[in-house]
Amino acid sequence: MARKAQRLSFVGVLIVAVASSLGAQEAHVGNLTGHADAGKKLYKRFCIGCHGERGDGVGDNAPFLEPKPRDFTAATFKCRSTLTGNLPTDEDLYKSVVRGFNTSAMPSWAPLTAQTKIDLVAYIKSFSPRWHDEKPADVLKIPTETPVTIESISHGGELFQKLECWKCHGQEGRGDGPSASTLTDSKDQPIRPYNFTGGGRFKCGAENEDLYRIFMTGVDGTPMPSFNDVIKPVDAWDLVHYLRTLQKTRKSRENEVLKAAGGKLLPPKPEEKKPEDPAKEPENKGAGNGRK
Amino acid sequence: MRTKSMLVGVSTLLMSSSLMFAGTVSGKVTFTGTPAKPKTIDMSKEPSCAKQHATPLTTESVVTGPNNGLENVVVYVSSGAPDDGQVPAQAVTYEQKGCQYLPHVLPMHVNQELKITNEDQTSHNIHPLAKVNHEWNKSQPPGTPAISEKYEKAEFISVKCNVHPWMHGVFAVMNTNHYDLSKGGGAFKLPNLPPGKYTITAWHEDYGTQTADITITSNETKDVNFTFKAKAY
Repeated sequence: MARKAQRLSFVGVLIVAVASSLGAQEAHVGNLTGHADAGKKLYKRFCIGCHGERGDGVGDNAPFLEPKPRDFTAATFKCRSTLTGNLPTDEDLYKSVVRGFNTSAMPSWAPLTAQTKIDLVAYIKSFSPRWHDEKPADVLKIPTETPVTIESISHGGELFQKLECWKCHGQEGRGDGPSASTLTDSKDQPIRPYNFTGGGRFKCGAENEDLYRIFMTGVDGTPMPSFNDVIKPVDAWDLVHYLRTLQKTRKSRENEVLKAAGGKLLPPKPEEKKPEDPAKEPENKGAGNGRK
Repeated sequence: MRTKSMLVGVSTLLMSSSLMFAGTVSGKVTFTGTPAKPKTIDMSKEPSCAKQHATPLTTESVVTGPNNGLENVVVYVSSGAPDDGQVPAQAVTYEQKGCQYLPHVLPMHVNQELKITNEDQTSHNIHPLAKVNHEWNKSQPPGTPAISEKYEKAEFISVKCNVHPWMHGVFAVMNTNHYDLSKGGGAFKLPNLPPGKYTITAWHEDYGTQTADITITSNETKDVNFTFKAKAY
């Protein structure tokens, strides 16, 4: 009898522990603190229609949407400041809620109050145990942007060839490279590479720094890999500058510099440092990889 | 003092005897029916790889050998293995060569170092579609050093390269060191199993899994065979 009571109380403790751990899920951005229990009600109001009650991306609207709503239970996120394979930061999720995804049905939720958005972020983090089990990963360090020069743009153009970005994005960045038509995301849904010539903003932000972050950390869950292990920070800025010139119709410092140089890239300098040199900067190496 | 040394002696004897009486599970994996014909891979979009293959490669999801032998089946002790926590110090290597993964199926222990190399003149992106473990995706241009990774949980992970859609392979992350990959005639061997009860599982990427419960009593070789039903598509 005593043993039974003991067992029952143990089960009770377990239930309380699980329930409180769910309720205790928090999110922090600046001086904002989000709470999952508050977020749950808001989720039912704003998110459930597409992302579903269980957060698995199969809400009532999901069958009609392309691309499919994010499955929060898989805990794989596209827009991260953390290295590939890691969870995003709370701020990454918050920014995604603010920004929305211009290539999908996910709108910008900027009009919601800051507290509402951070509560939603906290609740989204209750759908996968990874948010409990893992320590927050380190954030990619982005050095100060180098000056936009024709040398930088030209070297970026060489990297675009050497790293074979064109295999998917196409020689002119139209998203029509030889592998483009075969691409699928991690749920086997067809996916298109970004078309630079449209000039539209990227999935994960509009600034040069966002572009830097996108190819260094990769877009997890899609064919876009991480280049953090293979591009040095200084070279990464060159690539950013070149990629901006592929957005031909968009007004940018890069397009002005290219125009001033007669619209032509400089020929490659063979005696210069090898751009594909694998020597890595120590600052991001292995950092933030919670698994190591 | 004397009892202690005696105890040590007895336990050493017991340990060595358990190895002395280690049994072996061996057998064959075969198939019945008619498997789908392997498809020829068109590598014309990647000439530097295409020229490495005198005869074009074919898909490797189902590889058969003589006498209906089925290759690339991971046969492992799924329950009862005596060494669950021992991670081998040596790394396993996964090679990208001629736009092909070598080997097609790579078994490894949980937390064992996995080295991934690119021997080609083209960039690959290595994209293991992990579901239990973390999904990551890394670019590996020619001439860059090996990528070093490890997986924390047991899982069969499908691996692909998005740039070269025909490239496909498997990481078989095991909780045990008692595993083997079936070879030409479908043969496999699991040695060094002390007396005990075991569940042996055979896993094939297209045909699924089969299990067999066995008991090893002494220094014996247990014959265990698995037969998969081939899919015609």
